[in-house]
Amino acid sequence: MQTTEYLWDPESVTEDEELPLLRTESLMLNMGPQHPATHGVLQVVLELEGEKILKATPYLGYLHRGTEKIAERGTYQQVIPLTDRLDYICAMANNWAYVRAVEKLMQVKVPRRAEWLRTLAAELSRISGHLFWLGTQALDIGAMTVFFYTFREREVILDVFERMCGARLTSSYLRIGGVERDIDAWCIEKLRGFLATFQARIDEYDTLLRENRIWLARTKNIAIITAEDAVSYGLSGPALRGSGVYHDLRKCDPYGLYPELDFEVPLGSNGDTYDRYYIRVREMEQSAHMVRQLLDNQPDGPVMTEDPKLKRPDKVLVNMSMEAMIQHFKVVCHGFDVPRGEVYCGTECPKGELGFYIVSDGSGSPYKLKIRAPSYVHMGALDHMSRGYMIADVVTVFGTYDIVMGECDR
Amino acid sequence: MELGTTVLLAVIQIAVVMGVVLLSVAYMTYAERKVLSFMQDRLGPMEVGPWGLLQPIADGLKLFMKEDIIPSGANKIIFAVAPIICLIPALIGFAVVPYSEGFSLLGGTGGTITDLNVGLLYIFAFASVGAYGVILGGWASNSKYALLGGLRSGAQVISYELVIGLSIVGVLLLSESLSLRAITEHQDGGFWHWNLWVQPVAFVTYVIAAVAETNRLPFDMPEAESELVAGFFTEYSGMRFAFFFLAEYANMILVSCLASVLFLGGYEAPAEFLNFVPGFVWLALKTWALLFFFIWIRGTFPRVRFDQLMKFGWKVLIPVALVNILVTAVGVYIVNN
Repeated sequence: MQTTEYLWDPESVTEDEELPLLRTESLMLNMGPQHPATHGVLQVVLELEGEKILKATPYLGYLHRGTEKIAERGTYQQVIPLTDRLDYICAMANNWAYVRAVEKLMQVKVPRRAEWLRTLAAELSRISGHLFWLGTQALDIGAMTVFFYTFREREVILDVFERMCGARLTSSYLRIGGVERDIDAWCIEKLRGFLATFQARIDEYDTLLRENRIWLARTKNIAIITAEDAVSYGLSGPALRGSGVYHDLRKCDPYGLYPELDFEVPLGSNGDTYDRYYIRVREMEQSAHMVRQLLDNQPDGPVMTEDPKLKRPDKVLVNMSMEAMIQHFKVVCHGFDVPRGEVYCGTECPKGELGFYIVSDGSGSPYKLKIRAPSYVHMGALDHMSRGYMIADVVTVFGTYDIVMGECDR
Repeated sequence: MELGTTVLLAVIQIAVVMGVVLLSVAYMTYAERKVLSFMQDRLGPMEVGPWGLLQPIADGLKLFMKEDIIPSGANKIIFAVAPIICLIPALIGFAVVPYSEGFSLLGGTGGTITDLNVGLLYIFAFASVGAYGVILGGWASNSKYALLGGLRSGAQVISYELVIGLSIVGVLLLSESLSLRAITEHQDGGFWHWNLWVQPVAFVTYVIAAVAETNRLPFDMPEAESELVAGFFTEYSGMRFAFFFLAEYANMILVSCLASVLFLGGYEAPAEFLNFVPGFVWLALKTWALLFFFIWIRGTFPRVRFDQLMKFGWKVLIPVALVNILVTAVGVYIVNN
C-alpha cells in the first residue's frame, strides 16, 4: 500500500488559518503495447483526469523490423516481399506503391493488361482493407456482429488473391515492369458473384450501424479535426477527406487505369469519426463500382514488360537454351541496375498516401529507401485529436485512422 | 410443523433450486455462444461433446485447474473475498422466487424456498451488496484498469439500481404486496392479466436497467474490453475469475426471473387450457425468453460511453420511471374509489 503524503499537516491547521491549496494529480494510464484494442503493439500513455484525457502520448517502434535498412541490402525485386509486411491488410496496394516508385525512376513502360490487373488488385485490396477497418472499428465500439459479417465478405476477396498469386495476405503479386501472372476465368466469375451481393451486404452494415443511436453517439462529434489542422498534421486518405479536403491521388495525380474509370471521391464535412466511417463505407461502394467497370472492359496482352533486364525468360526456354538460362540467372540473382537519381512517388493506399522515396547510386540495390507510411504520420495527430475526450474515445481515435502497426513501425 | 421437517424441506428445495440455477448458469454460457454464433454466421463450440454440449463443463474444469494468481501489491484478503461477495448475493436471491404453485411436501408447503413477505426488498438489498464485490475486487487488484472498472461499476450499479427500484413501484402499487408469490398470484387468469399490460413503461425501464445492472452490452462499462481490458476482474484468474463469471450469469438469470415474476405472470400459464403444464416450466420459458433477448441485444448494439450511460440513466430512465409511478398511483386511487 502506498502512504499518502500530505502537503500540510492536518493537525497544524487552526480555524483562522487559511488552508493551502490542495494538490490534484492526474492519473497516468499505460495503454498497451499488450492491450486488446491497440491494433497490434501500440503503446499510448494517457494522462487522465477521471475519465477525461488530458494528454495522449503514443510510443511507437514495438514492431520495428528495419524494413528500410533491409531494403538496401538486396535487389530491387527483393524489396517487394518487404512491402507486403508494411500494411499487411492490403499488401497489393503496398506492392503497387513501391513498384510505381521504381518504375518512375527507371522510366519503364508497363503493358496495359498489367496496369489493368494492378488497378483491379488495388481496388480489391481497398475493399478488403476497409472491410477489415469497419469490422475492427465496430468491434472496438462493442458491435461484435459487424466484425464477423465484414470478414465473411473479405474472405471472398482473399480467395481471389490466393488464386491470383498463391498467398492470401502477403501477396507479392506485382513485379517491376508488370505483374507475376494473369488471372483466370475462375477469379472473374468469383468477383462477379461478389459484386452481385456486395451492395446488399453494405446495406446490411448500414442497418446495423449507420442510424444506430448508440453508434451515432459514439462517433458523431468525436475526435474532430478541422480541414486546416488535418492538412498541417499531414493526414491523408480517408482521415483527410473526412474533414472535407478534396485530395485523392487517384484523381489529383492519376496513375494506372484510374483516368479511364468513372468514380467519385466521397467527402465528409465535420471531420469527426462518423464522417470518416461514412466515407470509408461509400469508398467501398465506389471501389466495387470500379471493379465492375474493370471486369467489363478487359484489355488483352502480356502482363509483363518485354525488357529483358526485367522479365524472366520463359521456363521452357530456360531449360533448353544457354542464353535464356543466363538471362534467368542474371534477373534473379543480380537483378537490374537502376540509373542514378532519386524519386518520390506517392500512391493512394486504403490507409492514405503511401510514399516511397528512393535514392539510387546506379547499382542494383537502393542506396536509400524511405517509406512515408500514412499510419505513422497519422499517429502524430493522436494527441491533438484525443484531448478532452473520454478514455473510451481514444480507442475509436486510433481506430479511425485505420492504423496498422506493421506500416507504422516499419 | 416440527423444526426437523422444516429444515429438511428447506434443504431439499435449496439443493434442487441451486442445482437448477448453477446448471442454467453453465448452459447460459453455452446458449450465449451458440446464439451469438448463429447470428454471426458461424457455428460456435462444436468440439467438446455432440454440438459442443459439454463445452461448459470443459470450461469449468479448465478454470478449476488454472493457477491462482494474486498480483503483488494486491490487498490479499479483500482480493480473495471480493469474488465471494459478488457470487453469494447473486445466488441468494433465488430463495424467494416462487417457481411453482404451492404444493404439499413432507407436511409443509413447497414452491418457494421461503416465501418472505418482503421478498423484493430482500433481493434488492442483496443485489446492492454484490456491487461491493465488484468495487472491492477492482480496488484490491492494485491495477489501474481494475480500479477504473470498479469505479465505473460502482457508479453504474448505484444509478441503475435506482431505476430498477423505481420501475417496480408501479407493480407494488397494483399488487399491494412485496411478496413475490402474492405478486404472481395477483396476475392469475392468463395472458391479459399480466402486469406487462398495465405497466408497459415500467417493464421497458426495468429491462433496460436490468441490462445495465448486470453489466451486459450495450452497458458493459465495467468490463469494456476494448478500453479497460477486462475491467474489475483484469487481474483475476482461475476459480476467482470463475466466481465473477458465475455471478454475472447468475445475476442475469435472477433479473430475468424477477422480470418474469413481476411482469410476465411468473409460473402462471398464459391461458386456462395450458394449466396442465407445471408452473416451473412456464417460469423457465419466460426467463429463457428474456435471456435470449439479452443475447440478442449483445449481438446487435455497440457499447455506449460511460458518461452517456450515466446521462441516460439519470436524465431519461429515472424521470420516466417517476412519471410512471405518479400515473399508476393516480390510476389506482381512481379505480379504488
